[in-house]
Amino acid sequence: RFQAQSQYSPPQSLHLVAPVWNGGTRSIRGLSSTATPEGSRKKGRMLLQFLTDCFYDVKALREYLLQKQVSEVQHRNRAATHIKEHYGPDIAGAYFILKQGGAVKFRGKEWLGPHGQGRSSLEFFKFQAVPVEAVDASGCTINYEGLDNLLALKELQSLSLQRCPHVDDWCLSRLYPLAESLQELSLADLPAVSNPGLTQILVEEMLPNCEVLGADWTQGLILGPKEQSQDTARPLPA
Amino acid sequence: VECCVRTGRAGTMLRRALHFGLASGLLSRRLGTRRGGSTLGKVEGSGGYCVRYWDGKVSEIKKKLQSVLPGGTWDPLYDTSHLPPEHSDVVIVGGGVLGLSVAYWLKRLEKQRGAIRVLVVERDHTYSQASTGLSVGGIRQQFSLPENVQLSLFSVNFLRNINEYLAVVDDPPLDLQFNPSGYLLLASEQDAGMMENNVKMQRQEGAKVCLMSPEQLRNKFPWMNTEGVALASYGLEGEGWFDPWCLLQGLRRKVQSMGVTICYGEVTRFISSSDRMQTPNGEEVILKRIHEVHVKMDNSLEYQPVECAIVINAAGAWSGQVAELAGIGKGLPGTLQGTKLPVEPRKSWRRRELSLPPPPNRSGYGRYVYFWHCPQGPGLEAPLVTDTTGAYFRREGLGSNYLGPVLDIATTLGLNRVRSALRSRYYKPCPHFPPQEEEPDPENLEVDYNFFQDRVWPHLARRVPAFETLEVRRAWAGYYDYNTFDQNGVVGPHPLVVNMYFATGFSGHGLQHSPAVGRAVAEMVLEGHFQTINLSSFLFTRFYLGEKAPEHNII
Repeated sequence: RFQAQSQYSPPQSLHLVAPVWNGGTRSIRGLSSTATPEGSRKKGRMLLQFLTDCFYDVKALREYLLQKQVSEVQHRNRAATHIKEHYGPDIAGAYFILKQGGAVKFRGKEWLGPHGQGRSSLEFFKFQAVPVEAVDASGCTINYEGLDNLLALKELQSLSLQRCPHVDDWCLSRLYPLAESLQELSLADLPAVSNPGLTQILVEEMLPNCEVLGADWTQGLILGPKEQSQDTARPLPA
Repeated sequence: VECCVRTGRAGTMLRRALHFGLASGLLSRRLGTRRGGSTLGKVEGSGGYCVRYWDGKVSEIKKKLQSVLPGGTWDPLYDTSHLPPEHSDVVIVGGGVLGLSVAYWLKRLEKQRGAIRVLVVERDHTYSQASTGLSVGGIRQQFSLPENVQLSLFSVNFLRNINEYLAVVDDPPLDLQFNPSGYLLLASEQDAGMMENNVKMQRQEGAKVCLMSPEQLRNKFPWMNTEGVALASYGLEGEGWFDPWCLLQGLRRKVQSMGVTICYGEVTRFISSSDRMQTPNGEEVILKRIHEVHVKMDNSLEYQPVECAIVINAAGAWSGQVAELAGIGKGLPGTLQGTKLPVEPRKSWRRRELSLPPPPNRSGYGRYVYFWHCPQGPGLEAPLVTDTTGAYFRREGLGSNYLGPVLDIATTLGLNRVRSALRSRYYKPCPHFPPQEEEPDPENLEVDYNFFQDRVWPHLARRVPAFETLEVRRAWAGYYDYNTFDQNGVVGPHPLVVNMYFATGFSGHGLQHSPAVGRAVAEMVLEGHFQTINLSSFLFTRFYLGEKAPEHNII
């Protein structure tokens, strides 16, 4: 039953192992396959699956690589408690986001981050009692535990969580402490959220002052016969 | 002979078949067909029939050959592939969510890969009567015992990271469909003090719960009528409901990939040996050890004796019967030997007010879950609301549907029996469920719709005025492993039957505690003591010593 409902594309973690091995097997077999890249990737995956079913070593190695990926994500989301104690929650949150590759904007200052102008990343340590106003965490590998750092930012006004691969329903349900200050929230293109339309409605209920962008509440509804040709919508899970 | 010449492969196969002693049967059958070939219906000729006959035989012979080669399961006498293995280190009786969770943690916490062979024995492969499938699927941290709060906290963590714990390479990830809407427990004046203490304890353990006054309730949930409510506690994080089937299938898939064998059969007998020992005081004690478990197959008398070292009783509502098979409770009442496992397949609720007398008739009660439709009902953010009377409801799906079970209204109104009949999970989606009264039968799980009209609906309509107009669509009833002693689980070994461990009796909150309880039992089996969560107050000995560990917040 659950297989019928998990129709969204699986998060990259489970299949990331395949390309690693695919490169290896392709070189072993040589460039003899004239199939399309999609076809050869599929063949590689089938070969991998066959090897995993037959050999315990291959299975153990793949499980180990999978676990390594998972623990890597957890490691990146560990709490920076020493910074929090010394410098306060705002700076700790900013440090966390910058380490993940996102961008931060303090009140009255400019955007700091990979596409911003803040070159020396440790300048913000000198900002005393300046709250963080906006956070752009697009594409970061932030997860449920990592959100601890963001929830401590009491005066956050704008948050963007676009394309974060590990943000799922649980993480979104955790955003209620920001209900007073948050005014703009972007949830576009979250692969791990099971039903974007429904979550948009629930998040809007949870954060009454906030404008939730990125997900259309009609996303995921069964379209009428006229519109069915346009979109690939999934039926709502009942 | 000409057909053998035509298909040369069949000829070599025939030689090999002769070699393995199947000669006499084949030859005689072959002679028979040559004689009676034309009378066997339409054939193109006796030669054609022979070819078809041989094709079937060839595949059979190939299968036999494959079983003989190394790696196959060879039994020259008969096929035993449907039977469980003859030896297993741990046998888990019961394949519901608790049993599978214990199997998972045993394989996860073992010191060496493949060190422990685990067998899970489940009676019903459809899970039609198992509490797992028929449960409402809620999880909360609002309990009155600290151990229960810790169990729930870990279980929520597990469910949140379920795709890391139960990841199987090359399989799609699980979608639990968790609704984090929280639980809202309403308390009247007399319960308000207890609720405050409970919330304080829950926050100390780390649960995120807040107290709400009636005005705050009215602001947040305008559809609620707060008459009679003095205080409410609302879970902010980590509470809600999810799909129990998904968890069950995920666990099944993962434990099978870890090497656990799941077999469908019934445990009918335990073969054990006894030792007479003396305590330091000089009293004599008889310690038993289970050596073999007899597993009987479905619809046949065939059974397999499985030699085992440890037996784990996770049979849910039927744990009491399994314990009796092991001889637990056979002794003088009042002694440790005579203490039974007080877990019964109760179908009713616990009484909220402990001052009421115990129900006179133990069996035949119904725990019903009604599914109704109400277009003007509470919105999508509605939590699982528990009324002061104990009735509760929650939203189900997105089409203004709700479901909610009944409190033990039978006892409060003096009814002795509530009719029930079997409603298997497979028939639940049937839309034309006949709401008629049927013959009272305590063995079945039928639901009484008039009961809903008369007893449940007034309480719901009082609390949520929108529920005055509702339409009951479906209902089902389920068993759960009701612990008649104190409605809390039994975990850990039995003092006299030294290698039987319990993981049962959770009386309605087994599903939400299953990951944590599985880990606790696995730690007990592998290390000998609880390592992460201390569940010493849930051991079996409390039944003999009379130390209750009561849970007040029961839903």
